[in-house]
Amino acid sequence: MANEFILEMNHITKLYGSNAVLKDVSLKIRPGEIHALLGENGAGKSTLMNVLFGMPVIHTTGGFEGEVLFDGEKVEISSPMSAMEKGIGMVHQEFMLIPGFSVTDNIKLNREITRPWLVSKVLGKDLEFLDTKTMARDARKALDDVGMSIEEYTLVSGLPVGHMQFIEIAREIDKSGMKLLVFDEPTAVLTESEAQQLLDVMKSIAAKGIAIIFITHRLDEVMNAADTITILRDGQLVSSFDKSSITPEDIAALMIGRSDEDGMVRVEKRTEPVGDTVAMSISDLWVNMPGEVDKGINLTVREGEILGIGGLAGQGKLGIPNGVMGLYEAAGDVEFYGQKLPLGDAGAVLRSGLAMVSEDRRGVGLLLDQSIENNIAFTAMQVNGDFMKGFLHQKDTGAIRRYAEEMIKELDIRCTSPAQPVGTLSGGNQQKVCVARALAMKPRFLFVSEPTRGIDIGAKQLVLETLVRLNRETGMTIVMVSSELQELRSVCDRIAIVAEGKVVDILKTDASDTAFGLAMSGVKSKEGVGE
Amino acid sequence: MREQNQLKSHLEKYVVTYLFIALSVLFIITSGLDINYVASQLLLRLNRNAFIVLALIIPIIAGMGINFAITIGAMAAQIGLLLVISWGISGVPGILLAAAITLPLGSLFGFLIGKLLNKMKGQETIGSLILGYFANGAYQLLFLFIFGSIIPLNSNVTIVGASGVQNTLNLTGSVGLYTAVDGIAHIPFLLALYISCGVLALLTVVQYLRKKISRKKMLVGVIASVLIAGIFLIPAVANTVNGSHGRELKLPLVTWLLILGLCLFNSTIMRTRLGQKFRAVGQNQTVANASGINVDRTRVIAIMISTVLAGWGQIMFMQSEGIGTFQTYAAHEQVGLYAGAAILVGGASIDRATNLQALIGTFLFHSLFITAQSASSAMFGNSVIGEYFRAFLSYGVIALALIIYAWRTNRQRKAGQLNLADRHAVKS
Repeated sequence: MANEFILEMNHITKLYGSNAVLKDVSLKIRPGEIHALLGENGAGKSTLMNVLFGMPVIHTTGGFEGEVLFDGEKVEISSPMSAMEKGIGMVHQEFMLIPGFSVTDNIKLNREITRPWLVSKVLGKDLEFLDTKTMARDARKALDDVGMSIEEYTLVSGLPVGHMQFIEIAREIDKSGMKLLVFDEPTAVLTESEAQQLLDVMKSIAAKGIAIIFITHRLDEVMNAADTITILRDGQLVSSFDKSSITPEDIAALMIGRSDEDGMVRVEKRTEPVGDTVAMSISDLWVNMPGEVDKGINLTVREGEILGIGGLAGQGKLGIPNGVMGLYEAAGDVEFYGQKLPLGDAGAVLRSGLAMVSEDRRGVGLLLDQSIENNIAFTAMQVNGDFMKGFLHQKDTGAIRRYAEEMIKELDIRCTSPAQPVGTLSGGNQQKVCVARALAMKPRFLFVSEPTRGIDIGAKQLVLETLVRLNRETGMTIVMVSSELQELRSVCDRIAIVAEGKVVDILKTDASDTAFGLAMSGVKSKEGVGE
Repeated sequence: MREQNQLKSHLEKYVVTYLFIALSVLFIITSGLDINYVASQLLLRLNRNAFIVLALIIPIIAGMGINFAITIGAMAAQIGLLLVISWGISGVPGILLAAAITLPLGSLFGFLIGKLLNKMKGQETIGSLILGYFANGAYQLLFLFIFGSIIPLNSNVTIVGASGVQNTLNLTGSVGLYTAVDGIAHIPFLLALYISCGVLALLTVVQYLRKKISRKKMLVGVIASVLIAGIFLIPAVANTVNGSHGRELKLPLVTWLLILGLCLFNSTIMRTRLGQKFRAVGQNQTVANASGINVDRTRVIAIMISTVLAGWGQIMFMQSEGIGTFQTYAAHEQVGLYAGAAILVGGASIDRATNLQALIGTFLFHSLFITAQSASSAMFGNSVIGEYFRAFLSYGVIALALIIYAWRTNRQRKAGQLNLADRHAVKS
């Protein structure tokens, strides 16, 4: 008798150190069904898939609790290879294709069909000749199955990006004994019609009895293609249900929803409303930041406000500060108090009164071997010529020390002395040094990118409080980019949500979870406040 | 527009090759050397060097760059040759024995080099170069102290009154290794040329009839063979090589059969599963790994093959016409440099190479080598400049090829990302 479920993952718990990233999660999938797996970043989707594929990262960090049943039998999946042998395949988000190979060679990569000859009989299978004809025939069939009419001998490098996704799929279904296929954000790079074609292909694959796990953030695609849905949040299973019993609005709310006040930070309320003066207007900004590409951002920042920028990872929210500050190639128009900013010239942008606390603390933010005081003074010295004295412009160590000590007190940087190398500080204190460095520039406008990433709750509170205090006391305009929606909701005046390289919606902090959830999936709700 | 781009990209790829063609022509003219002399010298150097240059192809395809560590393969071969000389085995058996000794030694060295290069992915080219220098020290230790004292050698080859191997070993006379392969049989150059043109034309037609190649390619192949053969039918051209003016050019038959055999080996292995692995690993290690290919093992195999082939190439070099002596401590020194420069001149790059590029490169590189001295004395009245020019040339070619490669990949990477310039061009 065939089992009801092809895959059962029961009570999976995964700890990284003492941090539980999956808590008692279960997933059941029937043969031939399309099962959508939904959740925000960090909800545990990729960890669950890593468990399923036996990725080394799981085993080297102490394994997991719970059991995996495949086709009714309890299985130990020790490596991606063993997952493949059992009939579990993955269509990657990043293409696993070799550009200089033909479509056939890619589909058959490391599964080449060969024929033996004299030498290979002596020296082993590696020297068998490739049977290009049979390989091409198999590839043709797989391509036909996914509805691709391209020639099987064309080189992948010359193909449009959209086609590559289908070649990946063709490769997976060409493998014999494929029973379960995981699609990880398969439509991210596709045009609308290609995405529709892909959903059709998924349906036809499922109709042949292959089960599909469909990871996506696009709710319309879920409603279109999925049979069943599982939602994860913060490593926990929120619920599993049939598609027919739910609306996209419900899904959005379930993905975001926190009924309690978890993760909210208490800050000083704003006493006077923000004025109408425009500090920065961004129009049609394109940013070429790897993994965070922006495709036409339009955004207005008012003087004295704290504007939040949220959205899922990889959707382009980080591209905005990095593009404006000139750290990555960018195009478009950015006006700062009516003056056009030269994009790509970080020095000029800094001189015009902008500063940024980078998300890449250890890479861009800090010189780890240098002392706290040097780190704080460095940019101001280079850009504004502050902390210099005398005719030869020597470093004014006295002034630097005084300023550093003031900042250490102000921001409560826990250290032994201003001369301590920043590399030896904790993450939270390093972040405070970054803030101090940005403040040393005396900016009118501050970008803060992922200010609380990787720091503990106490430090998080302090960093956010400092930002709010600066805003209230000096009127400094702050644009804060963060993956943590709760954090944005606690400190910001308005929140812009970025999806697929564009600003989808601008919401008030008290807008509903549904509105935020829909915006992150690229759907504008009725609650948007607009500009 | 498209054609213009294609032309531009073609010129970019082969800029070093075209530069060398231009320089070669210039040098041959200004040097005032007799064409017959240049041709015979060139042929001699092709006989000697082609095998080693061809040994570089597999690591390039496997994405490991120019394997300058072929120097170490040459050292393995020299150990083999030394033993053979010491044991007094001459002629073809001596060569075969030396090759047989090179096989395990070269494999072992190649294995170690491969392991080490796996630890320095992305820096294989420079890594193998430094490794070659390092191995030189170990080689000297071996030849100066260990051979003759710990490993007994015939007193003919050791330094009189001390341990260690003599500085120069004679390969001629009673040693009997000089031209042991070259000398087996000769075939007149013209005859060889006609035969190969005929075979080439026939092969392309057969391939076309079997529908392996397009009609256009077939026509190009046939016309090219006919043209090349045709040129040598002109008496003035034929006279420069057929002996009616100067020496008659002759090809050492067995040597060339071995060179062709290596070309065949290179192209055959690319049609096997192993070859597919080389290519996959060379193009993208992440993807290759994800599809279950053992990337490190594949790379080690590529280096092992290359090292052994280079060793055999060094044996071919040593026995070849015009050498006659074995410079015990220096014979391997420039092997990697010259072979690397030659294959780059032929239009190969850090990540792609073919048999034809190796052969053309050897031809062009050595045509400059031969003429540099005379050309410089003709142009500057000083032949010493030519000496310097040789060194400048080899390092210069390698540096230029590396720069062009870095520049091209950088640009391709940029083009692969979101194309901002294009988008704005559309807008305005």
